Amino acid sequence: MSWSSVNAAGIWAIYSTEMARMVRTIWQSVATPVITTALYFVVFGGAIGSRIQQVGGVDYGAFIVPGLIMLSLLTQSISNASIGIYFPKFTKTIFEILSAPLSFGEAVLAYVGAAATKSILLALIILVTATAFVPVHILHPGWMVAFMVLTAVTFSLFGFIIGIWAESFEQLAIIPALVVTPLTFLGGAFYSIDMLPQPWRTINLLNPVVYLVSGFRWSFYGKGDVGVETSLGFTALFMAICLAVLWWIFRTGYRLKS
Amino acid sequence: MPPPILWVSAVTKTYKTGFTALQAIDLAIERGEIFALLGPNGAGKTTLISIICGIVTMTSGQVRVDGHDIGGAYRAARSMIGLVPQEIALDFFTTVWNTVSFSRGLFGKRPNPAYIESLLRDLSLWDKRDSRVIELSGGMKRRVMIAKALSHEPELLFLDEPTAGVDVGLRRDMWALVRRLRDKGVTVILTTHYIDEAEEMADRVGVIDGGRLLLVEKTAKLMRKLGKRRLTLVLQHRMATIPPELAGWPIELEADGQQLVYSFDANAEDTGIPALLRLLGEKGIDFKDLDTSRSSLEDIFVSLVERAA
Repeated sequence: MSWSSVNAAGIWAIYSTEMARMVRTIWQSVATPVITTALYFVVFGGAIGSRIQQVGGVDYGAFIVPGLIMLSLLTQSISNASIGIYFPKFTKTIFEILSAPLSFGEAVLAYVGAAATKSILLALIILVTATAFVPVHILHPGWMVAFMVLTAVTFSLFGFIIGIWAESFEQLAIIPALVVTPLTFLGGAFYSIDMLPQPWRTINLLNPVVYLVSGFRWSFYGKGDVGVETSLGFTALFMAICLAVLWWIFRTGYRLKS
Repeated sequence: MPPPILWVSAVTKTYKTGFTALQAIDLAIERGEIFALLGPNGAGKTTLISIICGIVTMTSGQVRVDGHDIGGAYRAARSMIGLVPQEIALDFFTTVWNTVSFSRGLFGKRPNPAYIESLLRDLSLWDKRDSRVIELSGGMKRRVMIAKALSHEPELLFLDEPTAGVDVGLRRDMWALVRRLRDKGVTVILTTHYIDEAEEMADRVGVIDGGRLLLVEKTAKLMRKLGKRRLTLVLQHRMATIPPELAGWPIELEADGQQLVYSFDANAEDTGIPALLRLLGEKGIDFKDLDTSRSSLEDIFVSLVERAA
């Protein structure tokens, strides 16, 4: 396939429509997560932070910033991408996507690209919001952006898979609610796993979110629960699994084509 | 000689449940014609259209659009097709203008506000261009569906039950639109339950039932070949039974014995009408009025489907 045969207009049509949905639902898309994050700062940073003081040489308020951003990045990437592809299925407008001269890869690029863009914008807004509560400095800004993009794309791919799999709004919410949110809360967003007693410290290492939060926190403060290479490797592995599942969906037409 | 705009060869579709929706369908549609696909519910009309458009995967067979294979050259094939499905399926929260422009972009076309404007004006949607889809009436939503299907200037348009549930005015508008599209060189394939619609508009008709294409014929030729004419005689006096002298004639009593109906082949050299009228005179069977009519495509369709069953 040559570049000239790429349906750039088709990709842009989906991408811009998805971004327009964000503008249309600005309160739901932006304001709600920002307010929620601000409340986290009040509760965890203000109430609990005054008792914990520092974690690994970093003020507790500043320590939770990468975790909070990662928490929003994960949940919003999944939510944006899953609703992005589920909505046309629900309204039955998916026929238009399936009958368009658009490859499956182009459709994934458009939906996942839009979902990732939205969650990255949100993460940046939360980062700016955080600076209003605590002093934040970023040791490796390039790596911070890299982790942000990698995580947003990976979990948008995951959300896209959930959106294709889901046959109801209940199913759409079940994996984020029962799997992703608990893993995120137990992924070291509000604590360092060194603070946990054994065997919970070892068990916690089975949680993939630990590696994302650790790597992201390293980009801020140069310290993480695990090595940055391990964090990157784990995220890349999860992305590869998501891509493999999407390839299978493309081959079989699972829940898209009969 | 250019290839047919649509070429379907031995297309079969069997679902995982084992249900066979289509059985070895062969069909060729010439450029610029209006083709009506008739069939009862569940006959396989929508499945066939969905396969051609890339929404459903066929089990076996081949489909080409203007010579482009829908599998190997799907981009070229699909970019030529516009589809108006049976059900209204729209993003209700966006505006008419945006949703139509979205469809154009999706099919890889550069923005063309002048064309979209002319399309919306043509479909009486221009005044509603900034309205959200959810605010429109059912008829307007159906017009939006058509505008979306035409937004990328397709050469082959599928209208799946386009006038189901629409009022008479919109139905007539749609007929006019189809004719205008044909005049511009667009090939139109429509499925319909309204047989008079097919009779009125289609150059050719295909009858499908149980996943099999029973026949494909020019509408006029089909009417000539299979169409019967009826001579209805309104009797002066009610008749309880058909007299024995008329027993050998294809005659039926209708309207509670008030009408005598004689079926005949309009293309035959001897229709039998003069002989029948003479016989009635001889037997003193008086009538006060007479009327002739031809059987409709609906009658032909029903007899074909019943024969196939």
